[in-house]
Amino acid sequence: MRIFDPHIHMTSRTTDDYEAMYAAGVRAIVEPAFWLGQPRTGVSSFVDYFDALTGWERFRASQFGIRHHCAIALNPKEANDPRCREVLAELPRFLRRDSVVAIGETGYDSMTPEEDEVLETHLALAIEHRLPVIVHTPHRDKKHGTRRTLEVIAHSGIAPELVVLDHLNEVTIEMVRDRGCWMGFSIYPDTKMDPGRMVALLQRYGPERILVDSAADWGRSDPLLTLRTGEAMLDAGFTADDVDLVLWRNPVSFFAQSGRLDVTPLPGFELGGDARLFEGNSILRGVSAAEPTVATEGVR
Amino acid sequence: MTDADLLDPAASAVVVADGLASRYRDGDTETRIAVLGLLDRRAADGPTPDVVRDTGIRLLRDALRTNDPRLVAAAMGGFAGRYLGDHDWRHGVVKLVFMGVPLDGVARLDERADAELARMAADLAEEREAAGRPVPEDLRRLLAPAPAPTDPARPEGR
Repeated sequence: MRIFDPHIHMTSRTTDDYEAMYAAGVRAIVEPAFWLGQPRTGVSSFVDYFDALTGWERFRASQFGIRHHCAIALNPKEANDPRCREVLAELPRFLRRDSVVAIGETGYDSMTPEEDEVLETHLALAIEHRLPVIVHTPHRDKKHGTRRTLEVIAHSGIAPELVVLDHLNEVTIEMVRDRGCWMGFSIYPDTKMDPGRMVALLQRYGPERILVDSAADWGRSDPLLTLRTGEAMLDAGFTADDVDLVLWRNPVSFFAQSGRLDVTPLPGFELGGDARLFEGNSILRGVSAAEPTVATEGVR
Repeated sequence: MTDADLLDPAASAVVVADGLASRYRDGDTETRIAVLGLLDRRAADGPTPDVVRDTGIRLLRDALRTNDPRLVAAAMGGFAGRYLGDHDWRHGVVKLVFMGVPLDGVARLDERADAELARMAADLAEEREAAGRPVPEDLRRLLAPAPAPTDPARPEGR
């Protein structure tokens, strides 16, 4: 099973996760910019974070055989803080980077006028930079928030096929499907969506325009729930080709719209086998015939 | 500034507002929770000057954005009950339900719960039921409240 996780916050995860993900079949991921659990208070925190997403994290993933791309945005929660909103002026220089394949995650948290304004700005940037958009749907008041999100998207003039609405559930799937946007589902250990419920939705609505992600972050989450969903699909009678469509070809099609996606195997991982330690170094593994170019463990 | 200075009704409102904001900004989570407690005590002691109220609301919003249930719960005390706008207040209540924090600590809950909060609760209950997940008792409590009279001291929106 080859897996593309279209929404995962690897900055909050360990190298054990990268190793387990590679072993599970994960070969490509997209890491949307989000918040860190502790609210930021200034623009430079964002700039450093965006640099990490397009720099160190991408490199870290590559050491484990996983292609890393990211999405850049001011997340909805921090859109409410005027000290953070200034980062919007910094976004264009990041949106030009090759590793950036989307704008996100944007959308609503508390549905404030500030969030309205920032969502509209992100959609305008997406049109200008010809990038897809990852839209977070709110935890609280999800149905109302999803409906309002769809109205703002329609009003912006962006093509619906360039937009995925994520964290959907049984109550919000149909309105998104009817508008022609992509439908994203975050499979969580016990909240947003689980593998069994996901299979039921796939049986009812089919696999077209559906993305399945782990949305793993610093909270209780599991980067292997994409794999578990694929297994649950097979158990329910879906074919291996159906699973490949949902877990690989769909996210590839969606992010390929950026014109920047590269999902070819990384050097040293062409055969798809297990990565090997490079002289016992925990971070530079799997790159056969390469000299270590970063600090060894203990020098962080 | 001491707690007594920050609670002194005769102290300069600008100085108090600045003292609360800097103590919150410079403090760790425990200190921030204590600042939110001072706001509750000020709200209980009578009318709050505009500048203190505006600063307090800004600090509440900051705390309500976090994912730390101690901060979110501390933000929904007496100051929020009295001054936080309806939109933010409703989101604070529903956020506590999400976090599994009992609503008993929310000031003026029965008085302020309105039809819009009941609508949000009903939508959330629908999602939980569609997902085959239990509907928590605190969420049921929000489903059918008595209509609340509008308090002109609070903004309708934020």
